[in-house]
Amino acid sequence: MGQLTPVFAGFIPLLDSAVLVAAKEIGFAEEEGIALKLVRETSWANIRDRVAVGHFDVAHMLAPMPIAASLNLTSLAVPMLAPMILGLGGNAITVSTALWQVMSELGADRNGDPASTGKALAKAVARRGENAGTPLRFGVVHPFSGHAYELRYWLAAAGIDPDKDVEITVLPPQLMADALAAGQLDGYCVGEPWNTAAVVAGTGRIVTYKQAIWPDSPEKVLGVTRKWAHSSPETLAALMRAMSCAADWCADPANSEQLTSLLAGPDYLACVPDLCRPALSGNVRFGATTSVARPDFLKFSGGLAAAPSPAHGKWFYDQMVRWGQADYSAEGEADVRTIFSPALYRDALQIEVLPPEKSIRLFDSVPA
Amino acid sequence: MSSGISILVIDDNKIRASIIEEGLRDAGHDEVLLVHNMDGLVRQISEINPDVIVIDLENPNRDQLEHMFQVSRAVRRPVAMFVDKADSQSIEAAVDAGVSAYVVDGLKRERVKPILDMAVSRFNAFSKLSKELEDARTELADRKTIDRAKGILMKSKGLSEQAAYDLLRRTAMNQSRKIIDVAQSLVIASGLLGD
Repeated sequence: MGQLTPVFAGFIPLLDSAVLVAAKEIGFAEEEGIALKLVRETSWANIRDRVAVGHFDVAHMLAPMPIAASLNLTSLAVPMLAPMILGLGGNAITVSTALWQVMSELGADRNGDPASTGKALAKAVARRGENAGTPLRFGVVHPFSGHAYELRYWLAAAGIDPDKDVEITVLPPQLMADALAAGQLDGYCVGEPWNTAAVVAGTGRIVTYKQAIWPDSPEKVLGVTRKWAHSSPETLAALMRAMSCAADWCADPANSEQLTSLLAGPDYLACVPDLCRPALSGNVRFGATTSVARPDFLKFSGGLAAAPSPAHGKWFYDQMVRWGQADYSAEGEADVRTIFSPALYRDALQIEVLPPEKSIRLFDSVPA
Repeated sequence: MSSGISILVIDDNKIRASIIEEGLRDAGHDEVLLVHNMDGLVRQISEINPDVIVIDLENPNRDQLEHMFQVSRAVRRPVAMFVDKADSQSIEAAVDAGVSAYVVDGLKRERVKPILDMAVSRFNAFSKLSKELEDARTELADRKTIDRAKGILMKSKGLSEQAAYDLLRRTAMNQSRKIIDVAQSLVIASGLLGD
């Protein structure tokens, strides 16, 4: 096979870095002629900056990040692409046990139904307002993240104004559970295992989750600069083939235990395997006494399901416009559709025909 | 002589933070503040009201900091240092060194660049020191391992110290390996065989 081509990839220690980790550790990257070097990072800002200056060829990125970078909405903005999806779902919204008690009394569903829990939260917020209490504080991991948009969508759908009725702040994922326990936050939206961390600690309760809010929606993507995608098309294609196989491997329940111990290892999440197991096995603990079977809570998939869709990009762009992060323009929308184009992935995997673009359906969408 | 620019240095590494502080003071900046603790950062920043914020890239709170700049009304709006593409070399130098900076909008580039250059060179100097220390430690450990390997050969083959070292060196050369690697294998193998 000759010399392997090195590819440097940045990642944040979260369960949905699994596809990159498996591509390296199970040997899928090497089979495609790639020596995949994974570098653990401490912030999304570092991921962005180190991709921008070329330290990383590719990175595990929040789906909206390539859009924010391409539209010049953040610093060190360079045009980027999201040629492949690394995972669907996997996030959840967790509230403090104190807030859960109030929501529970107000009729919140125990199994994470977003309409029901949102309604209960709205009542709790209104009651707090009458008593002139301080607004509830929620944490998300980044302003341009699926987490921010899911939380805001869920709040707004229940009639809560995310900018007026509550406060939304940004914290690193691994600090969320501690902030909740310390009373600095009343709730947060984060990827696994950081919801489970609060449930296990007895300080938090999962009230709803990404798969319930927007089923099968992209969470992390493979982020690349357009410059690198254009200068190294064959390497990118080989990497995506390797990652498609890696994603199928991650999706196989037979590999769930091996994946759990791999991700919990010192080079990746460096945590106890018990924290990783719920989301990877699909038996998710929502609270001290409530475990729920959600096999698709965090979904990995190779093949067609990992192809980005312009409609996904458009949804994220719509949220940026909705919440005042971006001004809408037709050029902006066209750019976003290019960023989430499935073309590179389709060509790499030699997929003949992609299914027609699906319309976006969220939990409160009215059936067409 | 005061530059009139207030600078906030956020770095968990207290030694490195002091090195940067010293450099900035030497360069005539007497309004330099160090923050190690991220609790209540928003309040601290709004009190200090800095013109320039220097932060290390290992700090997990950069996303929070950037978010705060976007939404906070209590803080004057700083922007990332490098809005100008012409600064790409400075950008790379900073990220290579492991540091980032945010500057209040409107501050002249000529006034800010020496501050960043200072931070970058001090970060690099600190990394170099750390690496030298690390290298020195490794070298010491390597020498001990080679000594142990020599001892094993001297005992088991009845060789002189020089002959034992020559054997290690020759084996390494013939196998295109480093002496330390051969010595390590020998020490491990010898341990497995119960010496």
